[in-house]
Amino acid sequence: MSAALKLDDVAIRFGGVQAVGGVSFSIKEGDFVGLIGPNGAGKTTLIKIIAGLLRPDKGSVQLSGVDVTADGTAARVRRGLALTHQIVRPFREMTVLDNVALGAGYRRTSSPFRALMHLDRRLEYERAAEIIAQVGLAGTEKKLAGSLPLGQMKRLEVARALAVEPCVILLDEPLAGLNHAEASKQVEAIAAVHAKGITVVLVEHNLEEVMRICRRLIVLNNGLVIGDGEPREVMADPDVHEAYVGGGMASHAEA
Amino acid sequence: MSAYEISIISIIGINVILAVSLNMISGFCGQISLGHGAFFGAGAYAAALTMVGSGSVPLAIMAALLTGSLLGLAVGFASLRVRTDFLAVTTIGVNFLFVGFVRKQAWLGGEMGISGIPATGFGPVGNMTMILLFAAATIALSLYISRSWMGFAFRAVGEDEGAAATLGINSGAYKLAAFGIGTALAGLAGCLYTFFTQFITVDAFDFIFSVMLMAMVVIGGIGSTWGVVVAAVGLTLLPEAIRFVNDYRLLVFGGLLVLVIRLAPGGLTGMVQRAFLAVRRS
Repeated sequence: MSAALKLDDVAIRFGGVQAVGGVSFSIKEGDFVGLIGPNGAGKTTLIKIIAGLLRPDKGSVQLSGVDVTADGTAARVRRGLALTHQIVRPFREMTVLDNVALGAGYRRTSSPFRALMHLDRRLEYERAAEIIAQVGLAGTEKKLAGSLPLGQMKRLEVARALAVEPCVILLDEPLAGLNHAEASKQVEAIAAVHAKGITVVLVEHNLEEVMRICRRLIVLNNGLVIGDGEPREVMADPDVHEAYVGGGMASHAEA
Repeated sequence: MSAYEISIISIIGINVILAVSLNMISGFCGQISLGHGAFFGAGAYAAALTMVGSGSVPLAIMAALLTGSLLGLAVGFASLRVRTDFLAVTTIGVNFLFVGFVRKQAWLGGEMGISGIPATGFGPVGNMTMILLFAAATIALSLYISRSWMGFAFRAVGEDEGAAATLGINSGAYKLAAFGIGTALAGLAGCLYTFFTQFITVDAFDFIFSVMLMAMVVIGGIGSTWGVVVAAVGLTLLPEAIRFVNDYRLLVFGGLLVLVIRLAPGGLTGMVQRAFLAVRRS
């Protein structure tokens, strides 16, 4: 069985800073992996490389065994990758239902010509309504996405990511900025995503939640993987501990 | 019907095609283009040369559609690199470039333009009817696109290209499609203008005209087909009905544009929607 997501010796340099320096890991289908590290560890850069927003200087990214290193974001999404943004980006002028239905209709929008040939949105609206209910946003379908509070917008991001029927979902700080009640609803929504058999890669600062829900942790520091394995074992590693507790100075220097 | 009425209705039809097609690019897909006059002109010159060379109306229409669309695709490629204000400035540049280029080309008549373009043979009423039919078809196409998945994806690309990409939407392809369709229709309008006047000079396709088209789109309500149609008809008739407006056309249109952007960004469509909601609430 091929890995859902595989990075092979991925590296990128910005001027004098080696933001990511030869990262390799393989995530198997259905896994739930936390990608963590102190500020400036290279997480955001690595996510951008996985999402197709940055092209690495060397190395490759594979989705379900297919090399997607040269593809842009939209092409990767069509290959089964879904992602949510750290800072929410709903289509504010569209309703919640339209936001999700647009994702659900990703086959119809694969090319402008195909999109022009289709009018009917009923199936996509039905699927969108189901997904909206799954993430606990039932009742908000007709609201404009821009009018939702942050906690609901974050769940709308998850709903949109689900709509494109992904194999791998990349969640960039889905809990950031949420209060305790909102965060626990978001965690429920994420758990429901994983329960569908979708591979989840979670980038998150909230270590408590990460330790609770992830099966595997990959720890980055200074652009390198310094820990990889079962969460408790990884966190017990002296190097990882050092990066977090004593990493303040180093992280500031890199950020 | 008097010759004056026929000419006014013909111009209205041409302006409707231009404003509705610009709305597809700027309203539906969010790509601000202030050089629509160039595509209009490219279509007009292509049609004029074809008519002078062959006298064939269908061939002239095809040539105008193709020329407008090819020039539009070239500018569309620029939209893949530059965005928002920078794209607006680029399209202004394209308009100036077009005018500057044509002025210096002897084979395009230079400053003197192209005159003695053969008539279509349909007569003034026939031409007017053809223009109105094409205008109706443009409106129908615009309404269809806005309801189709293409219109749905256009809205997403116009609002946030990055977020659209996370839904698997290839923004570049959609921007090219918007420019390709919108500028092909501008070329068509140019062709109809050539049929109507049988004489063209490059001054008719300058930047000021492009701004007037954008004023029609903004005042009508950016993104709304019917709002833009109403604005195109209204703003074409206004200078005819009020002498003052004709004398100070730029001042009045510019003032209206500023007022709408400042006070009612949704344009006429936004105002009607708000009034409708207020009536329903009361």
